[in-house]
Amino acid sequence: MTEFRTPDQESWRFRRRVVVAGLFVLVCFGLLAARFYYLQVVRHDYFHTRAEDNRIALLPVVPNRGTIADRNGVVLARNYAAYTLEITPSRAGNLDETIDRLAEVLTIEQRDRRRFRKILEESRNFESVPIRTRLSDDEVARFISQRYRFPGVEVQARLFRDYPQGATASHVVGYIGRINDRDVERIEERGETANYRGSEYIGKSGLEQSYEAELHGTTGVEQVEVNAGGRAVRRLSRTSPMAGNDLELTLDIELQKVAEAAFGNRRGAMVAIEPATGGVLALVSTPTFDPNLFVDGISTQDWKALNDSPDHPLLNRAIFSAYPPGSTFKPFMALAGLTTGKRTPGQAIADPGFFAFGGHRFMDDKVGGHGMVDLHKSIVVSCNTYYYQLANDLGIEGIARFMSPLGFGSRTGIDIPGEAEGVLPSPDWKKRRFRRPEQQRWFGGETISVGIGQGYNAYTPLQMANALAAVVNGGNVYRPHLVRHVVDNRSSAKRVVEPEPVRQLGLKPEHVAAVRTAMVDVTKAGTGARAFGNAPYSVGGKTGTAQVFSLKGAKYVEGRVSERLRDHSWFIAYAPADEPKIALAVLVENGGFGAQSAAPIARLVMDYYLLGKRPNQPAVEDVDAAESDE
Amino acid sequence: MTESRFHPLGLLRAFLRPIDPQLMLILGALLGYAYFLMISASPDRLEAQTINTVVALAAMWAAAQISSQRMLSLALPLYIVGVVLLVAVELFGEVSKGAQRWLHVGVTRIQPSELMKIAMPLMLAWYFQQREGQIAFRDFIVAGLLLVVPVGLILIQPDLGTSLLVTAAGFYVIFFAGLSWKLIVPVALVGIIGIGSIVAFGDTLCQPGVDWYGLREYQKHRVCTLLDPTQDPLGKGFHIIQSTIAIGSGGVLGKGWMAGTQTHLAFLPERHTDFIFAVLAEELGLAGAIVLLIIYVLLLARGFQISINAPTLASKLLGGAITMIFFTYAFVNMGMVSGILPVVGVPLPFVSYGGTALVTLCLGVGILMSIQRSRLSSPK
Repeated sequence: MTEFRTPDQESWRFRRRVVVAGLFVLVCFGLLAARFYYLQVVRHDYFHTRAEDNRIALLPVVPNRGTIADRNGVVLARNYAAYTLEITPSRAGNLDETIDRLAEVLTIEQRDRRRFRKILEESRNFESVPIRTRLSDDEVARFISQRYRFPGVEVQARLFRDYPQGATASHVVGYIGRINDRDVERIEERGETANYRGSEYIGKSGLEQSYEAELHGTTGVEQVEVNAGGRAVRRLSRTSPMAGNDLELTLDIELQKVAEAAFGNRRGAMVAIEPATGGVLALVSTPTFDPNLFVDGISTQDWKALNDSPDHPLLNRAIFSAYPPGSTFKPFMALAGLTTGKRTPGQAIADPGFFAFGGHRFMDDKVGGHGMVDLHKSIVVSCNTYYYQLANDLGIEGIARFMSPLGFGSRTGIDIPGEAEGVLPSPDWKKRRFRRPEQQRWFGGETISVGIGQGYNAYTPLQMANALAAVVNGGNVYRPHLVRHVVDNRSSAKRVVEPEPVRQLGLKPEHVAAVRTAMVDVTKAGTGARAFGNAPYSVGGKTGTAQVFSLKGAKYVEGRVSERLRDHSWFIAYAPADEPKIALAVLVENGGFGAQSAAPIARLVMDYYLLGKRPNQPAVEDVDAAESDE
Repeated sequence: MTESRFHPLGLLRAFLRPIDPQLMLILGALLGYAYFLMISASPDRLEAQTINTVVALAAMWAAAQISSQRMLSLALPLYIVGVVLLVAVELFGEVSKGAQRWLHVGVTRIQPSELMKIAMPLMLAWYFQQREGQIAFRDFIVAGLLLVVPVGLILIQPDLGTSLLVTAAGFYVIFFAGLSWKLIVPVALVGIIGIGSIVAFGDTLCQPGVDWYGLREYQKHRVCTLLDPTQDPLGKGFHIIQSTIAIGSGGVLGKGWMAGTQTHLAFLPERHTDFIFAVLAEELGLAGAIVLLIIYVLLLARGFQISINAPTLASKLLGGAITMIFFTYAFVNMGMVSGILPVVGVPLPFVSYGGTALVTLCLGVGILMSIQRSRLSSPK
């Protein structure tokens, strides 16, 4: 096989091989050139977009949340800037170790660590998580000087929500909290996901929740160039965020304070409404809580203390708790009798001290009865027998038909969440309420109890106040509202929340007048006279006592439990009597007789509202005494 | 001053004598291009790049000084030393990045596989020179064995890129020496079918757990990532995805020098070394890439021209092989950066940052110059 060749032949062979190699080179380079052409010309647009996507990140700029102020401009919720220390987990390495080292520089409490863990678990993205909030300037300086030791840890200036009034009106204002999974779902349902990109907080209760859409504002966008590490390098453009709208309330925070103070340590609720507009002047639920606790994520201890307390401070009794109205139901019953024509003002009944029905005696408070009782007297002395009879004459259907338009048994539509319907009993209601057929039947005797505000019926203080406001303003039922103006943060234009009459009751003025005259006499000579006898303005009112019948028959125990077995104390009132500016309902849980604990609270509230008189502590009586001394 | 005995111009002429002006011009263009890109890609490495360039040019000058006959006489000792060092690496080498490539010698460490890139073609060219005029089939077998031993040693380090280049270097000598087409064509066909089937059945072959006999896991991964970079966009695929984005977004004229967003925002990995071509294509576009291709074609053309005119068979083979090695570097690098070849650690010749490769490549240029000079000095 061995071939002998001359060097010349070898040379020619080499030449040929070089030509082949050269062609191979050209083919390969041609392949590369074709590839470049494909990438750089054919698919240029695609890769251009990819490169831009790589390069440009859209960062949300969170808007400032709107503020909340009372009717006189006193701030109830605002924002303030503070430094926080935040850790970006993806860049910080071992978190526990980082936090331990941070603790050498700054004080980091167990509480901070727990909250950090909690937020880390809940955090929706890989953004920074606060380990300390509200750093002092000194702490900021100390950290900055050692910052090189802590990769992924940074000091950030953030806006915090602050409730300067603390626990006052906390049920009204509510609070914001960190957005959790449920909130995310809700935001998605509302189609607001884009607007909440970057937002960390959302209204969780009260006005903060119900006016979330107004308060939140519109998120801005910053277009930034980012590097492969995801760090912003340069700002390309910016659309500024639009701050949320401010709320101006109908609420008078001073009145609210007076009312809350008047409750002292007692549990209860009060709602005061401006009858002409349905604007809520004060909405009290005691005990209250400090909404500031919730802003950064409430600590487990604080949460336990609030949640496990037998006094249930988080419960908004004014709108969520329904109580039997007791005798405060009587003026409405009287009006029902007049309107339906079952009674006339002059028509009187003989009260033997009881009303016999179906072999059972429904008793009056007063042994032996009140003698001859007409409509006026029935309200002033709070005669049960009169209303036993009236209820029987009206029938449960008749009562329900009259009471329902007043708003009893249905939500008033107030502009904070969590309202209860209450119970306006009727045979229909009973069918819906009970499952077993023998329980579903309506008994005539049950109607009798409803007539004096006991039995099944139960209403919230808000429903009571709003119904009273409707009666005294001549029959207009308003949707009660806490917000008077929504102030556009950009144009400062005020959007007025118009009084919204839900319906006209069509009450006859003389019927209303008959009831109102009787209610005024309640505070002059009747059950409210002790609280209002010496008032320099005229007041219409009605006391009430709601039996805590759920505990009826329970064993009597000394101390706290026994107190909780006592009846709830009601008082509804309006003033001035001829041209009412305020209508209110006060409920004191386990307060005993309405005249005893609820009416004095109403007095303090009205004194402040109508006279500007503050209950110079400790009590009004003392002030009176001091005045008479001079 | 012309009267003076001291002739600075004469000295300069003596100094420049071994330098081939055309090769020097082309090399200058490439190094200048590299500098231009380095200012954008990694300005803080300019100083080191300068030092590398000076050292590499000195090596080139030294190689050009030595006559090609003298150089060929070094072939056997160089080859033997190279193989011994490779064995030493296997026994005592330092492990770095999962591969055993470095050998500590006193204060410095060397990478013997790099030496093999020059020693290999030198050795084979010398061997064929010995057999000139009577080259038979068994010579190709001997040459094949001479090739397989060091390549095998490099492959087990493992260093796929270098073993590929050394194989190529040896193969080119054998090819130019006249290896029968009857052997080349079937091997090429097997290769094409093999690659074709990998591409066609990539999905199945790339399943985890499928063992590719003879290849390491990371090498399998490289091939699989090439087939489908999106499989691993944040890991191995990231390089290819980002470099194709850089190239594609460059368009016809590029985003402008210093204005490549992929480059300057650090999306491009290893932008000053193996992926510098992506910087070029992003900032200077298709135009810049074509210019680079043209410079390479000129370099190769000059290399082939020198080889064809070389006086001896050994210098022809050596020259042709070196020229083809330049091509291999360029093609494999641009192919991998543009996503048509797997990512193997092959730099863009004369352009990528990195002293070792630059010195090796410039040594190759120096050898070509030496061959060119030997033609001039030994007239036919």
